Amino acid sequence: MQAPSPALSAHDLACRRGDRLLFRRLSFALDTGAACHVTGANGAGKTTLIRAVAGLTTPYAGEVRRTGALALLDERTGLDPDMPLGLALAFWAKIDAVEHLALESCCDRLGLGNLLEVPVRYLSTGQKKRAALARVLGQAAPVWLLDEPLSGLDTASQALVSRLVREHCDGGGIALIASHQPLDVPGMTAFAIEDFAPTPAEADA
Amino acid sequence: MLMQLLRRDLAQFFPFTGSGAALPVVFFVAVAMLFPFAVGPDANILAKTGGGVVWIAALLAAILPLEKLVARDIELGFFDQLRLRGMADEAMMAVRLIAHWLSFGPPLVLATFPAAALLKIEGETFEILLLGLIAGTPGLAAIGLMIAALTASLRAGAALSGLLLIPLALPILIFGAGALARQDQVSLGFVGAISLALVALAPFAAGAAIRAAREN
Repeated sequence: MQAPSPALSAHDLACRRGDRLLFRRLSFALDTGAACHVTGANGAGKTTLIRAVAGLTTPYAGEVRRTGALALLDERTGLDPDMPLGLALAFWAKIDAVEHLALESCCDRLGLGNLLEVPVRYLSTGQKKRAALARVLGQAAPVWLLDEPLSGLDTASQALVSRLVREHCDGGGIALIASHQPLDVPGMTAFAIEDFAPTPAEADA
Repeated sequence: MLMQLLRRDLAQFFPFTGSGAALPVVFFVAVAMLFPFAVGPDANILAKTGGGVVWIAALLAAILPLEKLVARDIELGFFDQLRLRGMADEAMMAVRLIAHWLSFGPPLVLATFPAAALLKIEGETFEILLLGLIAGTPGLAAIGLMIAALTASLRAGAALSGLLLIPLALPILIFGAGALARQDQVSLGFVGAISLALVALAPFAAGAAIRAAREN
């Protein structure tokens, strides 16, 4: 049986952080092959949106519909700091039932091939980000949720992220990317989270 | 998936493989070693009070691993990644409870042999002490896990967890050490019953706690 084609949509979503309403009446719908770029200043609610879409937090109002497995990249690697990078990634590969060869090719693509013996805590910011990307890539989930995938990366790696997203979407995947930096992905839609910020009157209510 | 997680958790927390995980056992033996120096080598006094000291040492040793037990993996986003793959928070916490107990219960029970020798605990008293610890450590592990999960998102969580564990562990201590004084095995049944109830409760309480921690 073929898996249903991936889809990701939000309807009338509203999220709060603490007592503050960050955004409301936010809706979007992404079908197979679609990429969407969420822009916004620091603290505007990009991360909150990603976490709500991922189902990690309960939105204040509205609902999220997801079809297909999710892969999440955020500022935390999810990799054990004391473990060598290779073993830390191998743990997730086992959980995700990824072949060893596939994992190796992911690491090579992200330029991590010679870092596999290094404990994760010794990696630089950019290397950690690439390691987390390798985990996402290896997971082979149809829906990618990327929170600031470009932060800490050098120019070459930033271009690589754009290329990976392009390939992912060409292969029928979906990507929702929250970033204040531009990505080079043709056909990508975009919206600013500030457009859904509450008016002062609503914020007080 | 659960087995993979258990293997990983054990590697993290087991003495001599995980970082600093041998500390509770070392602490436990150190207390048993110091006590005869403090009260003098009189075998009678040691035999009478030693059992209680072993229990107190076990209880305090249970506090030591709590700091890293849950908070570190929340910071890493580790539980979030598992949640995304459809694993229930309760299942993660149940696995964590098993790994936590395995890495601190059996080593503590083994360390009771040298500790009892140092404290001149012998014969039936030793048997009751050993059985009591076998029955009581799962309960201590369960209390520890619940506290670690509840305090994970607090800044002073580590300091707080010690304060919280002591009153919650009192029933286990009272029945466990009480069994030694009365030389009866009925109290051991109570220790086991309290442990079982706590073990059954802990994954749900801890799971709810890490879910709540995500919301802020």
